[in-house]
Amino acid sequence: MPAMHVRLGALAAALALSAALSTVASAQKKYDTGASDTAIKIGNIMPYSGPASAYGVIGKTEEAYFRKINAEGGINGRKINFISYDDAYSPPKTVEQARKLVESDEVLLIFNSLGTPPNSAIQKYMNSKKVPQLFVATGATKWNDPKDFPWTMGWQPNYQSESQIYAKYILKNHPDAKIGVLYQNDDYGKDYLKGFKDGLGTKASMIIIEDSYEVSEPTIDSHIVRLKSSGADVFFNITTPKFAAQAIKKNAEIGWKPLHFLNNVSASIGSVIKPAGFENAQDIISSQYFKDPTDPQWKNDPAMKAWNEFLDKYYPEANRADASVMYGFIVSQGLVQVLKACGDDLTRENVMKQAASLKDFEPLGLLPGVKVNTSPTDFAPISQLQLIRFKGEAWERFGDVLSSDVGG
Amino acid sequence: MELFTNQVLAGIATGAIYACMALAVVMIYQAIDHLNFAQGEMAMFSTFISWQLMQWGVSYWAAFIITLAFSFVAGIAIERILFKPLAKAPVLTNVAGFIALFAIINSSAGLIWDFTIKQYPTPFGSAPFLGSQLISTHQAGMIGVTVLLLLGLYFFFQYTRIGLAMRAAASVPESARLVGINTSWMIALGWGMATAIGSIAGMLIAPVVFLEPNMMGGVLIYGFAAAVLGGLSSPFGAVVGGFLVGVFENLAGTYIPGVGNELKLPIALALIISVLVVKPAGLFGRHIVKRV
Repeated sequence: MPAMHVRLGALAAALALSAALSTVASAQKKYDTGASDTAIKIGNIMPYSGPASAYGVIGKTEEAYFRKINAEGGINGRKINFISYDDAYSPPKTVEQARKLVESDEVLLIFNSLGTPPNSAIQKYMNSKKVPQLFVATGATKWNDPKDFPWTMGWQPNYQSESQIYAKYILKNHPDAKIGVLYQNDDYGKDYLKGFKDGLGTKASMIIIEDSYEVSEPTIDSHIVRLKSSGADVFFNITTPKFAAQAIKKNAEIGWKPLHFLNNVSASIGSVIKPAGFENAQDIISSQYFKDPTDPQWKNDPAMKAWNEFLDKYYPEANRADASVMYGFIVSQGLVQVLKACGDDLTRENVMKQAASLKDFEPLGLLPGVKVNTSPTDFAPISQLQLIRFKGEAWERFGDVLSSDVGG
Repeated sequence: MELFTNQVLAGIATGAIYACMALAVVMIYQAIDHLNFAQGEMAMFSTFISWQLMQWGVSYWAAFIITLAFSFVAGIAIERILFKPLAKAPVLTNVAGFIALFAIINSSAGLIWDFTIKQYPTPFGSAPFLGSQLISTHQAGMIGVTVLLLLGLYFFFQYTRIGLAMRAAASVPESARLVGINTSWMIALGWGMATAIGSIAGMLIAPVVFLEPNMMGGVLIYGFAAAVLGGLSSPFGAVVGGFLVGVFENLAGTYIPGVGNELKLPIALALIISVLVVKPAGLFGRHIVKRV
């Protein structure tokens, strides 16, 4: 039986070759619930309705991106089956949807579920079920806690890292500043404030006034009046887009011109600066980690072209002034990168392992110099930021890319 | 002292927003004896219509007039189609209807125009008013328009047959019918007017708070508060109530230490409860005019 011998010989040679080529890949395919030879089931929870529905476009972008991946042949031959549910930004509903995804739809993992309260509500459940809660769409600092929550991982730079960067800048360049802080009275605002105070350290007394507002307030005019009369010459503006635009406009109306730091949450040109008026926003300092699609300097950028091509083909009705569309585009590439790295070992454990071994990964859309890095002790994938200053009709980058890792 | 003056002025400016909305609230209350929870969303939708018209190149005032007409007709249509069949239903059924309308309008606006905030133009400009850096010309204009609207409504209700008929239809429907008033159409007319006034409020508020589907959420709560404080049956009271709530809220936020800022809204509401306990009809409650 010479033919048989030849075949066995070839098999042995192939085995030896593959063993030599790769020390990681095993010939055996391994799957957890939600993955198979043909498909990977990914769960997602978004506020498509309710108060935070503006962020729903992130889910729509992701759905479009995975359609693109599937049209191009999938990941290692497997199609992504993206199941996205609405929780209306209401934590009890998030719990219900997470259970449905894990127990009834049997997804491999939940990806980029949005909002701090919704994710907080399901964190314990996901960790007790040992189902990855991967790349959550919130800037809270607490997601970087691999010791207590090994199945939860953040994505974007967290609020505390960001405000520490501003604090360092102020200490270095304006050591005699009198700082006024306006923050939204919730976890998000307080997280920023804490990072800022930690960053100022022993100089925290530079903050001469802390004022907070509630989201139910129609305008924050009276807070701006108060901050102005306190005599502060540096203003740290921790507000969500609508209120940020109001603050920028009101500052100009009442002629208050402090050195203005605006949190990254509201750094979008299309949805904050333009409505507030370019002339009112000159010299505001903020920080960014991805390219603002409305910023003219990126018009001919390759990443921006790829983004536009993707939208033309798969999500033509997208609002291209909305930074959330860019956000969804970038974070989807993150998931694809992790799943590719998993190869044929699509277990939940390996997903977390691969997610925790990203090295200098640069998805399209990030600013030059900003890279995604993780390790078994660092669950904060993006922790670099670029300081930017508003000039004319665009953000101007200045200084180096700064990093600051803060754990949860 | 400077802070005090500043806060009072800022309060008056914000109060103008509440006053505008309170007027629309009182208007609908006059017509149907209920508060319409969807009022804010209807105003928001009208404002989006005017914004869309301007995007298409229509001038501000033309868009203003078209929106006013559209809102008036839409208000009547909503009453005829949705609420006339509910006229004899219990109050709770009506409330459920208002809430449904609220959700439907809010979501449709989000679907059509999405949720990013939009800049809305003002016909008055936003330079400082009379050298004061605390009130902009827009806010002064807004106060002016509110007062004009109020005067207009006063004359309408006090001196026109149709105004009197509307009041009669709302307060004593049986007698009104007996003297030959078509009460059903009076209610529809009330809806139309309330919606039109709401659209004016929306178009004046949008330059300050920016246009987006949720822009009226907070405003409506304060608008209700202002209307209750001033007396739900009195347009004049609603406007005064609006300014009072605006000023009181700012002063409480500034001068009551520690808790002031976080409890701004509860303090305003506590004020209202105290008023209602002492004077249930509100500060300027119903002046009853018996003859029609």
